[in-house]
Amino acid sequence: MKEVSLVIIGGGSAGMAAAIEAKKNGVDDILILEKDNDLGGILNQCIHNGFGLTEFKEELSGPEYLSRFVKQVEELHIPYRLNSLVLNITKDKVVTYSNDKEGVVCLKAKAIIFATGCYERGAGAISLPGSRCSGIITAGVAQKYLNIHGYLAGKRVVILGSGDIGLIMARRLTLEGAKVLCVSEIMPYSNGLNRNIAQCLNDFNIPLYLSRSVSKVIGKNRVEKVILSQVDEKMQFIPGTEMEFECDTLLLSIGLIPYVSLLNNIDCEMSSTKGAKVNDYLETNIDGIFACGNCLHVHDVVDFVTDEGREAGRNAALYIKGLIKNSNDHITVTNGNGIGYVVPQKIENLDHESLTFKFRVRKPVNNVRVVFKSNETEVASFIRPVLIPSEMVMLKLNKEQLSKITSKELTVSLEER
Amino acid sequence: MKEFVCIVCPRGCRLKIDDELNVTGNSCPRGANYAKEEVTAPKRIITSTVRVNNRENLLVSVKTSIAVPKGMMFEVMKEINKISVSAPTHIGDIALSNVLNTGADIVITKEIK
Repeated sequence: MKEVSLVIIGGGSAGMAAAIEAKKNGVDDILILEKDNDLGGILNQCIHNGFGLTEFKEELSGPEYLSRFVKQVEELHIPYRLNSLVLNITKDKVVTYSNDKEGVVCLKAKAIIFATGCYERGAGAISLPGSRCSGIITAGVAQKYLNIHGYLAGKRVVILGSGDIGLIMARRLTLEGAKVLCVSEIMPYSNGLNRNIAQCLNDFNIPLYLSRSVSKVIGKNRVEKVILSQVDEKMQFIPGTEMEFECDTLLLSIGLIPYVSLLNNIDCEMSSTKGAKVNDYLETNIDGIFACGNCLHVHDVVDFVTDEGREAGRNAALYIKGLIKNSNDHITVTNGNGIGYVVPQKIENLDHESLTFKFRVRKPVNNVRVVFKSNETEVASFIRPVLIPSEMVMLKLNKEQLSKITSKELTVSLEER
Repeated sequence: MKEFVCIVCPRGCRLKIDDELNVTGNSCPRGANYAKEEVTAPKRIITSTVRVNNRENLLVSVKTSIAVPKGMMFEVMKEINKISVSAPTHIGDIALSNVLNTGADIVITKEIK
């Protein structure tokens, strides 16, 4: 069987960054496997502006951002295969993939980096009430139809869910001549970035209805009407609050889920992010298998995905050189009061210059302290005036703070001030 | 006094600007400039796609090189939809210069071999 030092599954932002960094750290024998016909992943269809402010200090469109990494992959002569779907992986890191040129190929890797991104929740995930007619599609699919293939998903559109892709699509569809009637969000707050509500909805006078969701889809062959109803605190529809919209399309922007079905086959430990549990090296519980980007936890800014990809690439290089080992003696990081999830979920080694923890809050909060506690003692705390679920938070503990972790438990929680 | 959300970066600062154009709530100078522009002459960058005429079923993404007046967004879109280009394309290639005398060019944002 052919052997390769590092196989990277996914050639999007995370995968390319991981490959570039691993190569720079001395791994010469790399292969990127990408299922689509281009490198770049989802950025290929994100033609809007706003990428790269952290990474390049300028505002780029998705294709511009990704091209900078494709260029580096080419310059560093990192091999990649397009149209190549990974069919299976094993615990001892045998990767099986197929494409139209090579057929089915088995490879033995020393390390694997998962950079497979995420997928959209669909109508089934929320048991969408009413007809299953045509015209109900996810926002990302509508984005691909429009920006890659040039087809408008519909003429009169209702958008369910206020995630960023839905907001971006509200503007994009409007500019291309569709009428976006409203965006409806079941939660009492928006799940998108504030700037997207400003520039994608307010600019075009598109109303955003909070605490409201689709109570019925009506349509025989194609969507004809969508009924929105208000929900109570228990997310139950309140009778008598119905609003009726005549439309031909219902766009769903109701959340993203890490795409890690291959990991389920090999007893990989999963976390509440629906991605793998990883340690401070972004390594899963399976030796030499790393995860980064949206398949680990869904990010809101691509610049942070790139950064996490680089971290995985650097760590995979250390692993290949035999410099890091997965012990079973780790510190468990748990999300306490008010925190939805924390990455990493485990710490192998406290001997870092610093260690960054990434997390999201469960609901919007004002004026809180984020407290890191080990063995009932405070390791570090950070004051934050505002935290919202749609913005991932990153907090860094320095060497001194890390040295205060004295038990096998670290808890991150919110405290009122 | 006007209040709005800054759209310069994903941070989305909540800006306040008074009648003398004093800005508060911004975290960077770009936010202050944005607030002043937003109350005097609001502008937006437009991104879209145009047809590639020597390739089957292929679009290439474009953007305005600078922000154009907010009130002209739909007119600019009409001009963008008239454009077609030939592959290969390079990032930064100008597909249409000085669209509707706004001073903005329509530039290609994607490499096509």
